[in-house]
Amino acid sequence: MVETRLIDVTGLQSLLDALVARGYRVLGPTVRGGAVVNAEITEVADLPRGWGDDQEPGRYRLRPRDDEALFGFAAGAQSAKPVFFPTDELLWRGRRTAGGSGFEAQSAESAQAAQGGGVEEHGEDGPDTRPTALLGVRSCDLSAVGIHDTVLTGRGFTDAHYAQRREGAFVIAVACSDPGGTCFCVSMGTGPRPEQGRGAPFDLSLTELLAPEHRFVVEVGSERGGALLDEIGATAAARGDLAAADAVTEQAAQRMGRRLDTDGIRDLLYASIDSPRWDDVASRCLACTNCTMVCPTCFCTTVEDVSDLSGESAERHRVWDSCFTADFSYIHGGTVRESTRSRYRQWMTHKLASWHDQFGSSGCVGCGRCVTWCPAGIDITEEAAALRGVPGSNLPTPTSPPTPASE
Amino acid sequence: MTVTDRPGAAATARARPTLAVWKFASCDGCQLTLLNCEDELLRLAGAVEIAYFPEATRAVVEGPYDVSLVEGSITTPEELERIQHVRAVSGRLITIGACATAGGIQALRNFGDVAEFRSIVYAHPEYLSTLSRSTPISAHVSVDFELRGCPVNKHQLLEVLAASIQDRKPRIPSHSVCVECKRRGNVCVTVAHGTPCLGPVTQAGCGALCPSFDRGCYGCFGPQDTPNTASIAHQLSELGMSEPEVVRIFRTFNAASEPFRRESERHETGPAPSAEGEDA
Ligand code: SF4
Ligand code: SF4
Ligand code: SF4
Ligand code: SF4
Repeated sequence: MVETRLIDVTGLQSLLDALVARGYRVLGPTVRGGAVVNAEITEVADLPRGWGDDQEPGRYRLRPRDDEALFGFAAGAQSAKPVFFPTDELLWRGRRTAGGSGFEAQSAESAQAAQGGGVEEHGEDGPDTRPTALLGVRSCDLSAVGIHDTVLTGRGFTDAHYAQRREGAFVIAVACSDPGGTCFCVSMGTGPRPEQGRGAPFDLSLTELLAPEHRFVVEVGSERGGALLDEIGATAAARGDLAAADAVTEQAAQRMGRRLDTDGIRDLLYASIDSPRWDDVASRCLACTNCTMVCPTCFCTTVEDVSDLSGESAERHRVWDSCFTADFSYIHGGTVRESTRSRYRQWMTHKLASWHDQFGSSGCVGCGRCVTWCPAGIDITEEAAALRGVPGSNLPTPTSPPTPASE
Repeated sequence: MTVTDRPGAAATARARPTLAVWKFASCDGCQLTLLNCEDELLRLAGAVEIAYFPEATRAVVEGPYDVSLVEGSITTPEELERIQHVRAVSGRLITIGACATAGGIQALRNFGDVAEFRSIVYAHPEYLSTLSRSTPISAHVSVDFELRGCPVNKHQLLEVLAASIQDRKPRIPSHSVCVECKRRGNVCVTVAHGTPCLGPVTQAGCGALCPSFDRGCYGCFGPQDTPNTASIAHQLSELGMSEPEVVRIFRTFNAASEPFRRESERHETGPAPSAEGEDA
């Protein structure tokens, strides 16, 4: 039996206060640099009140809404990925011992000072040891976190740093009311409303209702989530509120910006290994890596060793990497995937086909970020349709993609 | 792994490799990057013996030198000869900056007629001895490592020096600026603001400096290893750049680098210019 409550905007502030009082660093959506990004927040006023977004292949713009919605936008510039899986993670640091005859290693925990992460500026004054409360996680991203849980903790070796960050985290999901022009979670079966048991678990899940008064139907996903609501005095949701929340989800599901036909997609990709479409996409693809960086499920990293000038100390970092770089497939003798054609094919085939064989699910959750944030406007749903031989399966887009270079 | 005993201070001093810093046609900005290393400068002076660095000190230690940093491009007959000398007295020769690695801004002359503008600009052009093209050091002598940038990045410079001293491979990626931009958590200026940005075709190293300040990348680190200049040029025109502007954005600090030169010429109107690369 799903337990649901009701809070208003003041109640949301009380929720934030209660999380801060419990020692959480609350990360949530806020407007910065012309987009919705995740950053540390403490107040409802930090949220993107009255902001929506227009998203198309290669284009993102904030759009003022004519209402006071706090979550009236779709997938933000970043997913939850950098929160749990930092862009640059110090693995260990070591230095020569005083006499110079030995070497002592420091664990990452004691050496971690300035972690990047694409989330916010980190203090130079030491590690932030607070557990994270993440507000505003969309359904697609929740599925993506679930995939990362499988990949990084559910197999032979657990990624200890990731597991530690995930374990302590408090997750507040939000149902989408206004999908973006590049969203296709309905096709991927991952949204638009978070469902407990699909993807990573949430503690609470909000559905925002704007009329007649501004309020949130809150689905309780965990005991501690319920306890927090008890603490702030959240009332039970009435039947009318639940129906209104269902209506929000239904109309959102009707308004997906894109769709991807997943029927037999795995076999389609495997059968397309020699498709001329790869040359077409390669003529447009910049091999810039943006799609992989913004993708909430891409998890490839490389390990970098750094030593200082004196050779007295050394550090090992794990940083995000991408299958779109030449270095990525460099082995003795050269780069295996020299051509951009082979790199795009590798990426898309992994996302939509071999991911199933490797991890038992699709590697794409339909968040649309790779489409929006590709500077060349390359659209994975369009490419999939082209491989199928179904042109123009999607809405026409105002900025036409570049014509393939004829050389 | 065993770590061997470290020798005493005297032995360390004896083992210090000598460093020479040379200047050719350039603005001195890359040498200044070295001087701007501040905290690290003392450590650098401890790790190497700065044997020849006219920009910083008049003291000169006789060559040969273990490591030479070379700034600037080759633009005069005198420089043509001097670079041969530098090569001869250098163990490892590392070129630093857009001038030394790609000909620099002065390679704009490669697209024009030097004799013509020389006669227009100077009252006595006959006093001038100059080449018709600006070329990178690697066009004349063998180079052990090329460090990009206009100017070079301080962290990358120290990394290359540390690698050289420790006899290991420098950790200098050749992928795009976008990698650094996203790792930094920037919002993409092209996608979110419609600002033209060369980041996708430009080699990383600056830490995505310009996009971090809401500016498009100018390409000062030169082309990345897989530059699709045709596609980015298409994007630039979609974002409203005129053909002459597209020509200009590829002809800034690395105008003579092959991918940028070729792309710039594709967007020129009128008769094709004769600015073949050194390899031509
Ligand atoms: S492949 Fe694209 S749409 Fe799918 S999860 Fe990754 S970024 Fe989102
Ligand atoms: S893909 Fe679905 S869940 Fe994700 S942001 Fe878009 S509408 Fe929301
Ligand atoms: S598909 Fe787009 S974002 Fe991805 S590497 Fe190619 S150009 Fe960059
Ligand atoms: S701002 Fe420029 S460098 Fe940064 S991701 Fe966008 S295109 Fe790449």
